[in-house]
Amino acid sequence: MATRPGPDGGIVLSHLSKSYGAVHAIRSLDLAIAPGETVALLGPNGAGKTTTIDMMLGLTRPDRGIISVFGLPPAKAVQAGWVGGMLQTGSPLDHLRVRELVALTASYYPAPLEVDDVLRLTGADAFAGQWTTKLSGGQAQRVRFAAALVGDPDLLLLDEPTAGIDVEGRRDFWQSMRDIARQGKTVVFATHYLEEADAYADRIVLIARGEVVADGPATEIKAQASSRTIRATLPDADTATLRALPGVRAADRHGNAIILSCSDADSALRALLGAFPSIRDIEVSGGNLEEAFMELTAETSDAAVDVMEARR
Amino acid sequence: MSRSTHFRYEVLRVLRNRVFYAVTLVLPIVLFFGVASGQRHATFNGTSFPLYFMTAMAVYGSMFAAVGPGARIARDISGGWTRQLRITPLRAPTDLAAKVASAYLLALPTLVLLFLAGALLGVRLAASQWLEMTGLILVGLVPFVVIGFVVGYLMPIDTLTPALGGIVGLFSLFGGVYGFELAKSGPMFDVMKALPSYWLVQAGRSVAVGGGGWPGQAWLVIAIWSVVLVPIAGLAYRRNAARA
Repeated sequence: MATRPGPDGGIVLSHLSKSYGAVHAIRSLDLAIAPGETVALLGPNGAGKTTTIDMMLGLTRPDRGIISVFGLPPAKAVQAGWVGGMLQTGSPLDHLRVRELVALTASYYPAPLEVDDVLRLTGADAFAGQWTTKLSGGQAQRVRFAAALVGDPDLLLLDEPTAGIDVEGRRDFWQSMRDIARQGKTVVFATHYLEEADAYADRIVLIARGEVVADGPATEIKAQASSRTIRATLPDADTATLRALPGVRAADRHGNAIILSCSDADSALRALLGAFPSIRDIEVSGGNLEEAFMELTAETSDAAVDVMEARR
Repeated sequence: MSRSTHFRYEVLRVLRNRVFYAVTLVLPIVLFFGVASGQRHATFNGTSFPLYFMTAMAVYGSMFAAVGPGARIARDISGGWTRQLRITPLRAPTDLAAKVASAYLLALPTLVLLFLAGALLGVRLAASQWLEMTGLILVGLVPFVVIGFVVGYLMPIDTLTPALGGIVGLFSLFGGVYGFELAKSGPMFDVMKALPSYWLVQAGRSVAVGGGGWPGQAWLVIAIWSVVLVPIAGLAYRRNAARA
């Protein structure tokens, strides 16, 4: 049996770059993930999420840069059985049943889980006798999830695991995922569903144009992307003065009410309270993640299309 | 980690494929009885026609078994399974060995069945001759296993079946598998003798008539085809791995 990774070993991606022809899929990507973290790689199509995951799995070799998975190069970590992956492309294997496919995958790992347990956990037990080529999209996704889990890997890499799955299927999937993450596994998943990243990750890494454009807890990402709004009643202040306060990007007035759009709502609020003790009815509303996402990845659309076309 | 599980499932996938039985067992046995039963007492190139045609049909079916891994490779690539395998601890050489071993295991029923059919139509050989003939055929199949790998890695799945069928068909035609030889002398005969399929078909006659097995030329032809094809298969494998 292979040695389990030490407690200090995390995943480190350092100065990664990867080009497909003239298109820079990954420009210079740095990322460190601690053991046990659940991290979402969030970004629009073509941002470089799949390329990043493929490099962490050892499927794609970076042009430059280093990846370390629990202290080993990705391919070695995969060989040691430390990594489980769920790729976007399905893996129906002709002339095999679901249970057999999962058992076959288990046989490759030094210390796999019980096949029946994994089938139950992923909900694939309901169709364990079905041919793998005769599955619905949601069933195939469960089978791929089971195949990723059955080796009992320490790191799970999931490339858009819920793409094309209905709402109920997604909810079931993330419920199972939470159970897995609670066992102390490191989970990295790529998604372009903002709600998923917000709801299921400890940390969101926003990727655009092949670079990390934001990295932190979901609330921090939202704050960083600014779109918090302060509303209050304040009759005796002109908008120019308000606009000059720290952290304020735009100020507006409707009668006695002011509306401040803030890049740093915390600073703005402190300054506001200091300068205008008479202020009342203060209301701070957080911009949603969708707005943050749009703002941070705004200039990406052209580059994204290029990358998608180059990969096709 | 169990390598035998991978091998077992590799074989199981083939045994569940009806087309496999059709081309490796049904087709050769039907052709054998269809053609040879009317010519039980005919002779061909100094041997009995049933012995010649029994060997030819055993070779025909086992060539399909030999190129079989190629079809599975193409299927695995197109379904994404090859990529999935690459993110498990399974090593590529283990997969390769399982595919080669399965090709040989699955060629054996064809040989046994055709030899029984031949015996029914009066083919009589000593036990050592049956074994020697089996051994020669297994050696002569090496280039075909490798051809399967090359085609499987390079061809897209939709053109693969006609491609493999065409390749086996051409080797059969020029090797004398179909019950007649295109030439008995001249440049065409030289071309035939440069093909592994020709020597495969000669395996029966070589053990029955000469007694000494294949002539040196047969071993040389099989060796050259194998030595040339193996690096090509290696390149095809690497090309595919780089693309994944």
